[in-house]
Amino acid sequence: MAGGTFEKYKSDGSLGGNLLEWVDARFPATSMWKGHLSEYYAPKNFNFWYFFGSLALLVLVIQIVTGIFLVMHYKPDAALNANGVPIAFASVEYIMRDVPGGWLIRYMHSTGASAFFIVVYLHMFRGLIYGSYRKPRELTWLFGVGIFLVLMGEAFFGYLLPWGQMSFWGAQVIVNLFGAIPVIGNDLSIIIRGDFVVGDATLNRFFSFHVIAFPLVLIGLVAAHVLALHETGSNNPDGVEIKANKDENGIPRDGIPFHPYYTVKDIVGVVVFLMVFSAVMFFAPEGGGYFLETPNFYPADPLKTPPHIAPVWYFTPFYSILRAVVWNFFGLDAKFWGVVAMGASVVIFAFLPWLDRSPVKSIRYRGPITKVMITIFVICFFILGYLGTLSPSPMGELVSQVCSVFYFGFFLAMPWWSRMDKFKPVPERVTMK
Amino acid sequence: MKKFLIALLFAPLMAFASGGNVHLDKWPGSVSDKAALQNGAKLFVNYCLNCHGASYMRYKNLMDLGLTEQQVKDNLMFTSDKIGGLMAVAARSDEQKLWFGATPPDLTILARARGEAGNAGAGADWLYTYLRSFYRDPNRPTGWNNVVFENVGMPHILYGLQGQQVMNHETHKLEIAVPGTMPPAEYDKAISDLVGFMVWMGEPQQEFRRTLGMFVLAFLGLLFVVAYALKKEYWKDIH
Repeated sequence: MAGGTFEKYKSDGSLGGNLLEWVDARFPATSMWKGHLSEYYAPKNFNFWYFFGSLALLVLVIQIVTGIFLVMHYKPDAALNANGVPIAFASVEYIMRDVPGGWLIRYMHSTGASAFFIVVYLHMFRGLIYGSYRKPRELTWLFGVGIFLVLMGEAFFGYLLPWGQMSFWGAQVIVNLFGAIPVIGNDLSIIIRGDFVVGDATLNRFFSFHVIAFPLVLIGLVAAHVLALHETGSNNPDGVEIKANKDENGIPRDGIPFHPYYTVKDIVGVVVFLMVFSAVMFFAPEGGGYFLETPNFYPADPLKTPPHIAPVWYFTPFYSILRAVVWNFFGLDAKFWGVVAMGASVVIFAFLPWLDRSPVKSIRYRGPITKVMITIFVICFFILGYLGTLSPSPMGELVSQVCSVFYFGFFLAMPWWSRMDKFKPVPERVTMK
Repeated sequence: MKKFLIALLFAPLMAFASGGNVHLDKWPGSVSDKAALQNGAKLFVNYCLNCHGASYMRYKNLMDLGLTEQQVKDNLMFTSDKIGGLMAVAARSDEQKLWFGATPPDLTILARARGEAGNAGAGADWLYTYLRSFYRDPNRPTGWNNVVFENVGMPHILYGLQGQQVMNHETHKLEIAVPGTMPPAEYDKAISDLVGFMVWMGEPQQEFRRTLGMFVLAFLGLLFVVAYALKKEYWKDIH
């Protein structure tokens, strides 16, 4: 077979040959291009919800490129400068004022962080309503859940770096949570901080995680996510397997080449996304105080606890679940069970492929039970998110407890309610709505 | 079921409504008023910069307010002779802590820090109200207290301009007991200018940011038309 390849390309490394042939004899450039783009057949009926995968990739690139430039000027140092300001904090303001274009790069990165979660949440919602996690795409979904987990870590580590009040106290609160784990908790939180309090050691290791460790893992998982998807082929709003109906050339009858069809379509999505992104970045870079929290314009002060410590908006639904658990069980502190509940509320997404027992994938052919359950789930997610931005209150606690029960109920009762529903017949071929 | 869902929706709003705070006057100024910003800069370096730093800010950035280098050097630079220098404070922070009980905060981005979630402009309102709400209080070591920031360590630096206010304990309103050099309306304007300067200083390129944003959005609007036409052209045979 190898000899055949040499004959086919007649490439001996001389400059006389076609460069692409020369490369193809040594690296699968053309076959990868075909396999993943020009001859990757995607269902022709993708709708609005299918923009967010490529947009997530775009935001990842934005974050990496802007991050590279930020690291050139940012200094992860908690020591105070001559004016009594932590060097890390002052270096962010230096980027905002003295580095040419620095403010733009920084706002792109800070807006990008929130945009990443908006896009990823919408991408996950798409998977939820169209059953994209179902067989045979379980691994694509699992890699996706992995991406979500790593992204949360990445965002958490990155949030400490500006070394503002909310950076410092947010990290303090979250790292202290690990202290609630029995036996090893205390040592674990010291290992994470690298010190007994959040300090310079913490800032430096979080910086390392944020710019090296987590991005590496993230890129690897994204590659695995896309490779797994391209192995099975994409799902679609009808939940019809297009590979089940191929023409005489073995091409799915309802499939169209990703390139050029979806590349030109995704460009439209990218432009619209960039318009929204720019509207925030240029006209409201604080995102109304939710993308850049205003207390973070005060430098970190270990002696001054802010009256209200709220995580950034994309963590608040899970933070609310943490706060909703106020009871001690089995002699263990409520805080520990809160941490368990918070962790479970994220990890539980990984079990969706096996919790969903519905005979059809897409919400289009599922009945009222599915629609009501997903609606309640989304409403609860929003309410939990909103409550997580507020100071604790008895009313908020009760509401977040009710919402947490619905949140977990949605997943844990899914094997039953997903089967009980009324189903419509799924068509043989995809529909263009 | 439906009722319960509606109750769920409104519950957070009720929780939100329960918070209470001092009423803040709306800052009437604008960061595009260059003359007001220049006046604010003058007040800032004369009154604020003695105790507070603006240590992320360079003197040369004051030229963006429409001033020449010589004008900045002659009128606005008292603690430094380097136009590229930071607007640092001369006083030592450990001494200040001894005098006031706390180190006066750096003011460069205080207007942004005083903003609120859902209302980023609240910082300007807070400053505008705070700087007009000092009153005499013999129980405080400095002899001053503030309605917006109770038991604040800062004395009323601008009392020469505003005069001395006292708290009328029956109406719970402030009244001028000893007039200053400025009538109330003039003082309010001066404070508005000062706050304007602090808002501008929080992000000196903010006007440029908005202008650039208009161009970027206009470009993306054009790009959208082209991208959409391209998509239509490619997709016309897909049914």
